[in-house]
Parts: sequence; C-alpha cells; structure tokens
Amino acid sequence: MKAKAFQSIFRQAVSEAWAKGGGFILPLSFFIGVGVLVAFSVGNRAELLSQISGGILWVAIVAGAFVTMERLYQADLEDGVLELHLQDTGPLTEYVLAKTLAHWLVSGLPMALFSPLVGIMLQMPRELLPLAGLCYSVGSLAIFLWGGFGAALSSSVRRGGLLIALIALPLYVPTILFGVLTIEAFGTDEMFINLAFLLSSTLFTLAVSPFMTSAALRMSAD
Amino acid sequence: MKSLSVFANPHRFMTMSKPVIPVIGIAGFLCVAYSTWQGLYIVRPELYQGDAARIMFVHVPMAWLAMAAYTFLALASFIWFVWRHELADLAAKSIAPLGALSTGLCLATGSVWGKPTWGTWFQWDDARLVSVLVMFFLYLGYMALRQAMDTHQRAARAGAILAMVGVINVPIIKFSVDIWSSLHQDASVLRIDGPAMPGEYLVPLLVGALGYTFIFGSLTLMLMRSEIYMRRAEAKVLQGLVEK
Repeated sequence: MKAKAFQSIFRQAVSEAWAKGGGFILPLSFFIGVGVLVAFSVGNRAELLSQISGGILWVAIVAGAFVTMERLYQADLEDGVLELHLQDTGPLTEYVLAKTLAHWLVSGLPMALFSPLVGIMLQMPRELLPLAGLCYSVGSLAIFLWGGFGAALSSSVRRGGLLIALIALPLYVPTILFGVLTIEAFGTDEMFINLAFLLSSTLFTLAVSPFMTSAALRMSAD
Repeated sequence: MKSLSVFANPHRFMTMSKPVIPVIGIAGFLCVAYSTWQGLYIVRPELYQGDAARIMFVHVPMAWLAMAAYTFLALASFIWFVWRHELADLAAKSIAPLGALSTGLCLATGSVWGKPTWGTWFQWDDARLVSVLVMFFLYLGYMALRQAMDTHQRAARAGAILAMVGVINVPIIKFSVDIWSSLHQDASVLRIDGPAMPGEYLVPLLVGALGYTFIFGSLTLMLMRSEIYMRRAEAKVLQGLVEK
C-alpha cells in the first residue's frame, strides 16, 4: 500500500514535469548556458579554465536547479493537491521524497549526465570526467533536497525564487566543499576520503531534509 | 518548565524588562568604554603584530556574540516551536538582526586585522572564516524569510524551522573543514594563544566581551518591547478602537 502511494506520486510528478514544457530541457539548457557563458567570459585561457572547471560546473548545477525549484510545491499548494496529501493518513515525508526524487530525476540527473560534455567545453582534463560526473550525480541529489526544503518554506510566498536561493545557499556548503575536494584530490588516497564525505553528506541530507520539508509544507498549507 | 513559564507572560515581561534595559545598557557601555580605553591607550603593542592586534578587543567579542546569538536564536525557535510561547518568538525575531550585525562586524574587523598580519582579507580554506560567513548567510536568510511571510504566525513558524535546520548545519561545516585542513596540513591558523595570553590583554578583553553582551541584551529587550507595542497597536486597529 505504502510503496504504491509512493510510486503513484513519483509517476505523477515525473509525467507532470514531462508534460509541462519538456521538463528537463529548460534546466539542462540553463546549465549548459552558464558553462558556455563562463567559458566565453574567461576568454582564450585554456590553462585557467581547466583549473576552475570543476567549480564552475557546481555553480552551473546550482543555477540549473533553481530554474524549476520555485514551482515544485507551489503548484500543488495552489490547486489543493497538497491539502489532500495532508489529509491522508500516510506520512507526508513519503510525498516529499517522491516529489524530490522525481524532480531530481527529471532535472538534476540530466545535468550530471551532461557534465562531461560541458566539462570538455571547459577544458576539464579528460581523465577527470567520469569521477566528476559521479560527484555531480551524488551531490546534485543533496542540492535538490535542500532546494526542495527552501521551496517548501517559501511556497506560500509569491515570487519566492530568490528567497530559496538565500535559504539554500548555506546548506549547500558541505556538498560543494567535498565535491570540489574530491575532484581536486584525483589520483591520491584523499580522493576516496573526500568522496566518502560527499556521499555521507548526501545521505545525511536524504535522512534529515524530508522531515524538515514536511514541517515546512505543513506551515505553508496552514 | 513551570518556573520558566512565569517569565513567558507578556505583561510581566513588560514590567520586569523596563528597569533592566537602562541598567545593563549603562553597565555594558561602561565595560566597553573601559575595554576600548585599555585596548587603544594602555596595553603595550603586541610583540609581532604591533598595533594591529588592538582590534582584538572588538573582533573577539563580536565573534563570541555572533555564535552565542545564533545558539540563542535556535534555542528560542525551538522553545517557540514546542511550547508556542510568543515571547520566545519575539526574542528570536529581535536577536536575528543584532546577531547578523555582530557577525558582519566580526567579518569586517577580521578582514581588517587579517590584511596586515596574514597578508589577505579572507582565506577561503580556513574553517573558522568560512563557517562564520555561512552563519552570516543563515542570519540573512532567516530575516528575509520572516519578512516575506504574510502573517506573524507563519513568519514565526517558517523562521523557527529554518533556524533549527541552520543549527544542524553549523557543526557539520566546522567538522568537515576541520577534517580537511588536518589532511592538508594547512599553515593558516587563526588563533591568539587563548590561555597563554597575559592578564594585561585578557582582563580588558573579558570585560569588553561582558560589556558587548550586556549591550546586546539591552538592545534585544528594547526590540522585543517595541515589537510588543507594535502588536498591541495592531490589535487595537483590528478591534476597531482606533483608525489606522
């Protein structure tokens, strides 16, 4: 019964994202756009670009994540879907988790999958690309989870997009920190230590943020 | 909790806090004046840093206050979230701008101090610097979120959730960067040899810290009182007793 509810919320969220204007295309193109713009503005300095490419991609992922974050719960709040979920006997965390995972699958994972392409444009060393892709896949989940928390807190606010950015910014620090360190420490023992910390910070977020997001949604729906 | 609930009554708070504000305000001012006078004129220049170290008498109290204020902000949010004491929410609301101010001053004085001694305004791989900057953004996010909400109740609830999440995050950041800098054996360490500091420096510093804390408390109570007056005025408007 529980698994079925989770499944149906997840499927609905995914198909809604697909139906509303292509879902993954807008965040993904924004992600690529940020990468291209930075490469263009840094200019013809391959050495410099290659050094900072790992960090630029993190910024591009965060920027891409915010494109669709604002409407994540706002739409459900406005048309009363959230109200129905609140009246259900099941835990609200289930709804939150299904919603966030669907959101990540539609707009987060495509960015991580395209990161090697943008990485090549930014002169990222070729041997780094698989590791970087792994870091972006794992890290973007935490980014979407905390972004969802910000979206839930500000879902009753009209045009709360900038508010989400301000709320989520400090919460992204561990993820981005360990993400950058993992890529920097490529080929050394420290790579695995930092990767383990990146994984654990994502797991911690996965364990904590659904409860916080549920509390925030209860507040917004009141 | 029963003994503490005595103070949760707004009317009692209004009568009890009124005489406290000027007393701790003046005491704080005197302490800060003493500390500043000692720091600027009496204390000898530091052996290695010269006169630059005198900024310590502002910087260190601000850093302590910034952290203590966030702890109290989270504590007050928790108390409001669990027991719904309105005063706890007023305290959280009043602490936030003052905490942000002390965090900002801590960062500003730290940069001014860092430039002549370390040769840099800011060090992005230093645990303490980055965690204080993150705390500054947590304060800003807290205030912005409260501002955006349409009712007091909703602002209190959203703010409390965010403040409690933020307090989880601060130790994570500290812990994570500690691990990292120990791996890299980084040389840039921010410290003033706490216990090894001679009494000549330590006494004015502690008196100054006490003074700034008193002033902080006095300002917090002032903001809380003005907020209560504001809500009373709103209630009068709602009751139709006065025109807006």
